[in-house]
Parts: sequence; structure tokens; C-alpha cells
Amino acid sequence: MSPEFLTVENLTGIRGQRLLFRDLSFRVEAGQVLSLEGPNGAGKTSLLRMIAGFIAPAAGSIAFGALSEPEERGKRIGWLGHHDAAKPQLTPREVLRFFSELYGAREPIDGVLTAVGLAQIADLPCQYLSAGQKKRLALARLRLSGRPLWLMDEPLAALDANGKALAAAMIAEHCAGGGLVVAATHEKLGMPCEQLILGAAA
Amino acid sequence: MIRALLLRDIQLATRAGGSAALALAFFAAVATLVPLGVGADLKLLARIAAGVLWVAAVLAALLSLDRLFQADFEDGSLDLIALSPLSMETVSATKIAAHWLTTGLPLTVLSPLLGLMFGLPPEAYLILALSLLIGTPAVSALGAIGAGLTLSIRRGGLILPLLVLPLLAPAVIFGAGAVQATLDGISNGALLLLGAFSLAAVVLSPFAAAAAVRLNLAG
Repeated sequence: MSPEFLTVENLTGIRGQRLLFRDLSFRVEAGQVLSLEGPNGAGKTSLLRMIAGFIAPAAGSIAFGALSEPEERGKRIGWLGHHDAAKPQLTPREVLRFFSELYGAREPIDGVLTAVGLAQIADLPCQYLSAGQKKRLALARLRLSGRPLWLMDEPLAALDANGKALAAAMIAEHCAGGGLVVAATHEKLGMPCEQLILGAAA
Repeated sequence: MIRALLLRDIQLATRAGGSAALALAFFAAVATLVPLGVGADLKLLARIAAGVLWVAAVLAALLSLDRLFQADFEDGSLDLIALSPLSMETVSATKIAAHWLTTGLPLTVLSPLLGLMFGLPPEAYLILALSLLIGTPAVSALGAIGAGLTLSIRRGGLILPLLVLPLLAPAVIFGAGAVQATLDGISNGALLLLGAFSLAAVVLSPFAAAAAVRLNLAG
């Protein structure tokens, strides 16, 4: 993986007439974790959605390596949102198989299912899964995506101690391989990371 | 990648609790109820058959259209699909195809049976099925625009028909008109017009639907 970096310059975010942040600039290098912190409503999710290219910023620029177009940037991003995207009718294996084919992933599904501790219930419809198990499924999907830049919204929410350690290990492994992580969180990620605190001035 | 999305949407529609069987049952129920209301005048029933079946087919297809993007939007799947290598236009076209394969196509296959119930002559229910085969892709395609626009509106399912039904009037007019013409023994080219309408709808709708979805992902 060639060394890559995420650059955000003079970003201004406005949601529903409310100024979330102004002139926000930061840079995340390959192998780094950026932990986005701040109170509820500070704009953590909005910032993640701006980086992903879903929301256009009111001002400023976002670039991943040389890619500044939202569409191009999006194809390098692995997304873990606060919704679990687990269809109640489908089993974890089916959900992963679909996303694996959709993203053209190469990693075998069975290994990832075992790695996140879902091998036992891989063929149980997702409607019977707990919130923590769905989060593990989302982590598995993120890993399968094979994308260099991970955007994570509350990656530790709903996970048990074991699951939190698992998420931390996945993030560490991703960074060790030259990946980048931006995670919005209220909890300590359990690893060395850069911090960005939003809404501190408000 | 397209195949994965198509197969998943078909799987979701046909699995327990999916929309495919529901649309088919709704179509059959409406088509069964009308003769009960109108009475057993076979001549009259044969005259109104095409119109009734076309309207029933459009309503049945609309029933499941509001979930076309919404289910994926609500559970976060749409964010992940938007970041996939597929463009949103391709995603829309694929979802339209999956919707048609699980509603329009089964409705078309069932229609001759219901035509029989209305006392349509054999040559007319062939035309009826043909008109549905040509016209229902336009229902799925134009419906997808409505589904994209009403994505983030709660109770969007109620607004969707209001948006989409006027757009579908030509399909109903030409579709039912083709059957009517066969009954009268004339040729009015309605099928050709229906084909043209349907082609235009299928080609242009994915772009409009994709724009609508992008708008809602930003919301």
C-alpha cells in the first residue's frame, strides 16, 4: 500500500442553520488513528459523512492522497456507521457474502467470521442477533472492504469487553498495514491516537 | 457486483416477509373484488378488464416501491452501497430491475388467468400480458424516482403514489388501449407507444433516481 494521507483544510460544517465547526484543518497520515471526540451534537457524525462525501461542506476542502472528488474518495473508504446494516431476514454469512461481492473483496468470509467471533451463529438470521453481535458483523464487513481509510462512528458502542479488545486489535492491525482510521467515539479506543475535540468552544 | 446487488434484492423480496408475494396477492385480490362489485355481466367485464387489471397492476407495484431504497436507507446499507465501486446510477438501475423481476414480471404471468376471470377472449389476454410485459418496467423505473425523492420522509409511502401515479397515466392509457383495440378488432399502435414510453422511462429514470438518493444521503 502506498503511503497515503487524509488532508482536511479550513472545513466549515453547517447543519440545519447551525454552525458545527469553522476553519477546521487536520491531517491523518498512514498508520495513524484520529479519535474524534466531543459532546453529543458536536458534529462528529457530520464530519465523518463529509469525509465520506455524503455531505458537501459549506466551505473548505477534503482530500485523500490526490483524490479530492467525493466520488473518487468514496471508493477508498471503509464505512462503519451507527446503523448496523444487518438485514433481519439474512444471515451474517449472507450479509458478508453480499458486501464482499459488492466490494470485490478477496479475503475469505469464513476466516473473518471466525475472527470477529460470529462463526457459531453465521447461519442464524440477523433478527436474532444482539446489538453487540451486529456491531461485530459491521466490523467484519469493514475488514472485508479492504479499503485504506476507515471511517468509524462509535466503533465500541454496544460491544462487550472482549468485543472492544477485538475492535481495538482490528484497528491496530489496519494501521500496522499502513491504513488510516478516523473514529468518532465517546470512549477511549485503547491505543495511541491523535485527538480532535469538536464543539469545545461552543 | 451488479449481480450481487440484483440477487440480494430479489432474495429480500422473495423471502418470508418480502414484497413479491404481497404485490401478487394484492393484484389478485383487487382483480377479484371488481367483478363482485360490478356484477356478472360478462360483456361489461370484458370491456373494463384491461383498465381494471392495469390499474390493479400499477397499484400492486406501487405497494412495494416505497421500500425500494428506504429499507436500505434506514438500516445504513445504502451508505455502504453508495461507497461501493458501483455508481449510484448503476445501483438505481439494478434495483429497478430487481423490483421489476419480483413484481412486474409475476404480475404479467398471472394476468392471463385474471383476464380469463373477466371473460376476455383468448387473443385479448395475450395482448394484455404483452402490454404488461412492455409497460411494467416503466412502473418500476418511474416509481424508483418517487422512491428516491421520498426516501427520508416519514410516511413517504403515502406521498409516493401521489408523485408517481400522474407519471404513470400514459402507461395505463396505452396498455389498456392496446387491449381495447384488440377487442374492437382495430389496430391503433398503442403497444408501440407503450414501448417507446417504457424505453424512455427505463433509460432516464436511473439518473433521476440516483440524483434523488444522493440528495437524501446528504440530509
